[in-house]
Amino acid sequence: MSAFQERQNEPDLSLSAIFVQLLNGLAAASSLFLVAAGLSLIFGVTRIVNFAHGSLYMLGTYTAYSLVQWFGGGIFGFWGAVLLAGLSVGLFGALVERLLLRRLYHAPELLQLLATFALVLVIRDFALWAWGPEDLLGPRAPGLEGAVAILGRRVPEYDLFLIVLGPVVLGLLWLLLTRTRWGTLVRAATEDREMAGALGVNQAWLFTSVFALGSFLAGLGGAIQIPREPAVLTMDLSILSDVFVVVVVGGMGSIPGAFLAAVIIGVLKAMCIGIGNVSAFGMEFSFSKLTLVVEFIVMAVVLVIRPWGLFGRAQGVPRGTASVEPPLSLPSPGMLKALAAALLALTLLPLVSDRYTLVLLTDILVFALFAVSLHFIMGPAGMHSFGHAAYFGLGAYAAALLFKYALPMELALLLAPLAAGLGALVFGWFCVRLSGVYLAMLTLAFAQIAWSVVYQWDAFTGGSNGLVGVWPAQWLSGKTAFYYLALVLCAGGALILWRILYSPFGYALRAGRDSPLRADAIGIDVRRQQWLGFALAGLFAGVAGAVYAFSKGSISPDTLSIPRSVDGLVMVLMGGIQTLTGAVAGAAVFTWLQDTVARQTEFWRALLGGIILFLVLVFPQGIAGFLRERWEARAGKRQS
Amino acid sequence: MTVLSVSKLCKAYGGVQAVCEVSFSLASGELLALIGPNGAGKTTCFNLLNGQIAADSGSAEFEGASLIGRKPRQIWRMGVGRTFQITATFSSMSVRENVQTALLNFHGKLNSLVSLAAYQYRDEAMQLLTRVGIAAQADRPCAVLAYGDLKRVELAIALANRPRLLLMDEPTAGMAPTERVALMQLTAELARASGIAVLFTEHDMDVVFAHADRILVLNHGRLIAEGKPADVRANRKVQEVYLGSGAVYGGAHA
Repeated sequence: MSAFQERQNEPDLSLSAIFVQLLNGLAAASSLFLVAAGLSLIFGVTRIVNFAHGSLYMLGTYTAYSLVQWFGGGIFGFWGAVLLAGLSVGLFGALVERLLLRRLYHAPELLQLLATFALVLVIRDFALWAWGPEDLLGPRAPGLEGAVAILGRRVPEYDLFLIVLGPVVLGLLWLLLTRTRWGTLVRAATEDREMAGALGVNQAWLFTSVFALGSFLAGLGGAIQIPREPAVLTMDLSILSDVFVVVVVGGMGSIPGAFLAAVIIGVLKAMCIGIGNVSAFGMEFSFSKLTLVVEFIVMAVVLVIRPWGLFGRAQGVPRGTASVEPPLSLPSPGMLKALAAALLALTLLPLVSDRYTLVLLTDILVFALFAVSLHFIMGPAGMHSFGHAAYFGLGAYAAALLFKYALPMELALLLAPLAAGLGALVFGWFCVRLSGVYLAMLTLAFAQIAWSVVYQWDAFTGGSNGLVGVWPAQWLSGKTAFYYLALVLCAGGALILWRILYSPFGYALRAGRDSPLRADAIGIDVRRQQWLGFALAGLFAGVAGAVYAFSKGSISPDTLSIPRSVDGLVMVLMGGIQTLTGAVAGAAVFTWLQDTVARQTEFWRALLGGIILFLVLVFPQGIAGFLRERWEARAGKRQS
Repeated sequence: MTVLSVSKLCKAYGGVQAVCEVSFSLASGELLALIGPNGAGKTTCFNLLNGQIAADSGSAEFEGASLIGRKPRQIWRMGVGRTFQITATFSSMSVRENVQTALLNFHGKLNSLVSLAAYQYRDEAMQLLTRVGIAAQADRPCAVLAYGDLKRVELAIALANRPRLLLMDEPTAGMAPTERVALMQLTAELARASGIAVLFTEHDMDVVFAHADRILVLNHGRLIAEGKPADVRANRKVQEVYLGSGAVYGGAHA
């Protein structure tokens, strides 16, 4: 002990301090594991990336809080409330699966994701309506209020209980999966869903029960948090990114993997908080600032070394469900005329519209280019990015910083996209090594890393406050002038991206998506092609970001946050991923909805979520996809 | 002229010798069939040559340059075309665009961001489609084609880099009997007319004995017979392997 104490300087690096942080981390890992195990089970069987899983966790916390209030704080009251909260969330999950997701199993995979995201919005506002915006901290757990002295420090008994709970749940799940008939079916379906179906497994029932169990675990994971952490409205998305990381690091579908990953990440996070600032070689280094990103760094490293996570296995290509991508043919003269007419209308619009409409239209233009650039990699290149806001934000911040520190506005606006493109080139190099959900998660990780750097680097980026005073040059300061600038840059950018899809480069991208095997056999370096495509999309997202920064006059870390990335996904999917114009339609509708709905009601998220759910259920092929289908049906009738 | 010469090629998975000391050569214009029962090592042998997997030892030279350790796309650049057991085409493109994409890469134009791909090498693509007999389908999306026609599209794509060697993995798998004969007939004509060497694996013995100039027979990773169809047909070892002698797996040849 004394040897340690002698070396101890500012930060508390004594053995006992490290040990206490270790216990703290293990306690946090247990809850993380419960939630992650649920997500992993659901993904393994249904192949749905459940964005609403964090919301189920949040519901668990709030429900447990209310039930404890209702039952009173006795031993039975508390533990009964925790268990009942888990069970009711499980029941809720089963209902969601039966009433909503079941209708979408034949829709493209990404649409299910969109539906679960709409649920996030609805549940968030439900919590706001039911429990209000204040943080709610539950009572201590009866029977475990005290603390135990370990190495001269006091460790809460409840933490020790949690540390035991994790392995116990792992053991129970293991028994359930290996010793019961139901568990065998779950494992069979995780391994090969089509074969399980062909062997007569009742998939509908299996999916519902897996969803119920997964939701129960999420709810329970939330419920056991009430003595440790307050229930807050933002906990849905914050736990979600943690849980995504855990599941991906452990390997999607692997329960032991999720446990190991939860422990690694829980402990690392606690350690980063515990160590605090360390000075080494004359440099001050803050470990606590690492807390926000450490898990994403772990994930990036793991994915680069083991692309399917620690315990995961390469996923077989699902049989029979492989969606055939629609042909991309050159636009007909009629469509080109329609496009020209639309551009002309946009050019003439300032003559008749008011200031408010112009600002909204500028926003729509910005997000249209953002969505088109995301569609460029998601559609034709087949890379699903969950972190596209990183490049939008990099463009916005680069523009603001260049403007604030050195350059005139025009030059900053021109150079900023290069910074975004460079960022995409660096991040993309890692991302194109993966595919499918893993690629999506790695893009998310990079976006989160970029966000946390911006969020914490107060001296340079303004930290959480962001940067203000990012105004356009004098000649562009009018709303009309700026609208024209946005029109030229954003519409121009979208047209360039579309045009590239018809070039040989675009064909090579599609070739890599359609059949990597064939592409390789005709000499295409698919990875390199995807990498360049990724960078190109990042560059144009950066253009949108730079225009956005000057249109608002200020920027905050929100520009590259996860919700912004999800906005992009919603736009692309709502418009329909199979058509080029879909992204524009989605961006216009989404931006307009967000703007108008937000004005009408306090519960705009729920309304927006409801609208998305409605659109998903009625137009599973997206808005533009629906219109095209109608158009083709009419054209077909006329021909015959 | 010898196009491909393979010498003492070996590949083991764990303790299993999937391919063991296989040697053969192939001349231009020649159709060489690689046959053998399931698990004989045909596919492994094939994938060693096309860059999908790396050999443990031995050599494989195409026109004097080694194929070992090269990636499929590099092997394509050297002048080797290939078709797959299960067709692999670009389903979002029309038949002609599939061929055009291969042609664009062959002519080194695939990185252009400016030109319109649909108008590049149109005539050359049409010539190739005419050669394989599906010019009439040129504008249809690949996704709606009948399987036999898809096989022909693959052949057209494989011819785009003007290959001197064609590697065809089970070229007639999944096709109707009449289509099989027609496709192999076409392949043989193309090979002889353009002096392309063809190495193919095949399960259908009618196809093999009707069209191959020479046959290699693999069993348990080793070459057990090689020669003209008539000789191979008469070979006792081959008959044992295919028809059974009761002692095949006991090690009659080992």
